[in-house]
Amino acid sequence: MISQLFFGYFAAVIIILSLLVVTRKNPVHSVMWMLLMFFHIAGMYLFLNAEFIAAIQVIVYAGAILVLFLFVVLLLNLREELQTNRFIGSWPAGLVIAASLLLSMIAALRSFVPGPSGPYTIALIEKETHTRVLGQVLYTEYLFPFEIASLILLVAIIGAIVLAKKKVRS
Amino acid sequence: MPGTFTPSAYLPILIFLVVATAFGIGALLIGELFRLKRPYPEKLMPYESGNEPVGEPRIRFSVRFYIIAMLFVVFDVEAVFLYPWAVVFDRVGFFAFIEMIIFIIILLVGYVYAWKKEAFVWD
Repeated sequence: MISQLFFGYFAAVIIILSLLVVTRKNPVHSVMWMLLMFFHIAGMYLFLNAEFIAAIQVIVYAGAILVLFLFVVLLLNLREELQTNRFIGSWPAGLVIAASLLLSMIAALRSFVPGPSGPYTIALIEKETHTRVLGQVLYTEYLFPFEIASLILLVAIIGAIVLAKKKVRS
Repeated sequence: MPGTFTPSAYLPILIFLVVATAFGIGALLIGELFRLKRPYPEKLMPYESGNEPVGEPRIRFSVRFYIIAMLFVVFDVEAVFLYPWAVVFDRVGFFAFIEMIIFIIILLVGYVYAWKKEAFVWD
């Protein structure tokens, strides 16, 4: 009962905060609402028994990615955006897209069947602690995706430097 | 399923968050209720005995901040992968050690590239 109450709170507040993020005129305010939204998503992860993901949500999203967003906002120096309207006028097109997305989501949810529960039950995770279970699976079964992750990070480093560091002094 | 699991070990953190939020809002509210409000033009100036501000406070930031933030994100994610590895190091053993060395070497290539491209030089 209590956890359902918390789930309802997180679901409602995340929707409200997302709306605040996309409707604020000042981009810095948007980023600040997004910070609060990231913390609520971390709380949601906690109630889905994903302790490690919740911690990563706070460390990586609220800590690092938000700083990146803030730097980009300050970099672009959006002065006109503060005066002009944020949305284009064609709201019927938006309504059609939103309605069709909602319909397809409802259709997908109606045929949703939860799969068989795996070996990692709540009791087992609580006994082993969450990070240990995750580490054991990640570094044995999923070692190839793990190494792929390092290549993706390498691409991110090179991409950032190629984009932002044009001239090389000899 | 949502709503079937209660992270009861996190109750102290919830109490901490509630108290911290209440303290922040409460301090502002009490100040608003009890302080004197007698504004006059000199008091409302940005600097009482300084110059009038010139230009806008918002200036365009240098693109170098972007590189710093991007490298911070990448190495932050690298550190995230080290946490569960360190926790299960006694169980997964030497194989995972080699795995992590490969992971770090691939990222080291990016680090050396950033170093050679002088991404860490501010100038």
